[in-house]
Amino acid sequence: MIRRTHPALSAWAWLVYAFLYLPIMVLVVFSFNDSRFGATWAGFTTKWYGVLFARADVREALAHTLEIALLSTLVSTVLGTLVGLGLWRYTLRFRTALTGLLVLPIVVPDVVMGVSLLMFYSFVRQGLERLGWTFDNGFWTVLLAHVTFQISYVALTVRSRLAGYGPELEEAARDLGATGLQSFTQVVLPLALPGVLAGALLAFTLSLDDFVVTYFASGSGFSTLPVLIYTNVKRGVTPDINALSALLVLVTVVAIVAANALLRPRRDT
Amino acid sequence: MLTVRRFFATLGPGVLWLAAFLIVPALVMLGYSFLTRTDLAQVGTPWTLESWGRVFGYDALFQEWTGDNVRVLWRSVWVATLSTALCVLMGYPLAFYIARQDARRKNLLLLLLIIPFWTNFLIRVYAWILILRPFDLVPSLTATLLGMVYAFVPFFVLPVYSSVEKIDWRLLEAAEDLGATPARAFMTAVFPQTLPGLVAGILLTFIPALGTFVVSDILGGAKTALVGNLIQNQFGQAGDWPYGSALSFLLMGAVLLGLWAYARVAGQKGLEELV
Repeated sequence: MIRRTHPALSAWAWLVYAFLYLPIMVLVVFSFNDSRFGATWAGFTTKWYGVLFARADVREALAHTLEIALLSTLVSTVLGTLVGLGLWRYTLRFRTALTGLLVLPIVVPDVVMGVSLLMFYSFVRQGLERLGWTFDNGFWTVLLAHVTFQISYVALTVRSRLAGYGPELEEAARDLGATGLQSFTQVVLPLALPGVLAGALLAFTLSLDDFVVTYFASGSGFSTLPVLIYTNVKRGVTPDINALSALLVLVTVVAIVAANALLRPRRDT
Repeated sequence: MLTVRRFFATLGPGVLWLAAFLIVPALVMLGYSFLTRTDLAQVGTPWTLESWGRVFGYDALFQEWTGDNVRVLWRSVWVATLSTALCVLMGYPLAFYIARQDARRKNLLLLLLIIPFWTNFLIRVYAWILILRPFDLVPSLTATLLGMVYAFVPFFVLPVYSSVEKIDWRLLEAAEDLGATPARAFMTAVFPQTLPGLVAGILLTFIPALGTFVVSDILGGAKTALVGNLIQNQFGQAGDWPYGSALSFLLMGAVLLGLWAYARVAGQKGLEELV
């Protein structure tokens, strides 16, 4: 039931939305500003986009970001989906502990997760050096870190997607002569699929967005876009970073609108 | 029934992964917090409680209590509380506004809320430099607070919104019919129904606000360092891993204690709904 909203409430809501969009608008506007120093307007230009595309470090960081995001999403979607299915299917004696384990990466501050992985990798490295093996922090350490925080999101999304269905669905399939694999691929998986897709999308976005954990897990020779943005911001603002930010905002908007259009009709079925 | 074979076919790989890359690193971190810093970013024996002493303000070198750290911890709690309060002020009414629109508008408004939320965190914080610099507000505590509220307000609105969606408005009508003033009717018939979302929203705002180092690092400067910055510094310039470990453990402990208390009140279902 829809009740009348008070004009003051509407005004407040629009103020909050203005607050949310002000920085994004400013970023986009200043990415077209023909001045090295962002504070004053010196005319319209698209040159910063050219400067941005000419930067090798940006292209490299973009490639890293996408590689990590795609691969970690793939791994965490498989592992997380299996955990979500297990949570749904079995009555577990250790369910509370398992829920706690899954909630942990979501609630523990990311700086804690980042530094603990940094120390863990150093600890493992020291152990392996005694065996004559060695590794540097970089692609693999970041990949493992991303999968670790993604698994929970996928598992919990899949589990809540299946929450409305009972185990009798699988039993019915078995009674009708399906094998275990058939009942899984033809009954359970199609039901879970929207949850799996939503979880994968969430995992992918989290990977693209992550700065803190990547920063600690990556070492000095490897950066993703968020890490690159951080180093640039710390060094002093350059207008081509405005252009990069504006582009990332654009990508986000397109991705969310697309995901919304893709997922909504299925979610309602 | 969950047999060993089925465990390894479903829950097993994920659980083992989390054990290996979440629990083991936490244990390594706990171990490091009792070690001594030998060289820059190097740790070794003897095992000592020195880092833990420093966390609580005792300086083993000068054998005296210093307030420095305690001040940083206190400031972190205070800043997180204040930014959470501002999020409540901004977000609570907004959740009502969104929930009362028709389905089409509701979807659009939620989408508009989620877009900044899913836009890269660093970019969102960085954008405030552009806005606040002309006012000479970077770096400052005000800028940090503003950045935090900006970054975390969507975290707050979403759970409150889902609570408001479920409100049984007939209770409000009943209260009004029985002669309650609008304020009293709201407080007795509506507010309690939003409590689960409110508590979840406060937790989801307070915890990242307590742990962040990015916002205060970019917008706050050295004078307004929070516990997150203190931790980051131990793994960067200061190169004191044992001390950084102890601080991280304290932060994690505080968060887990809060969640445990929340789970006691809200139950397992509440904990699952939080995420």
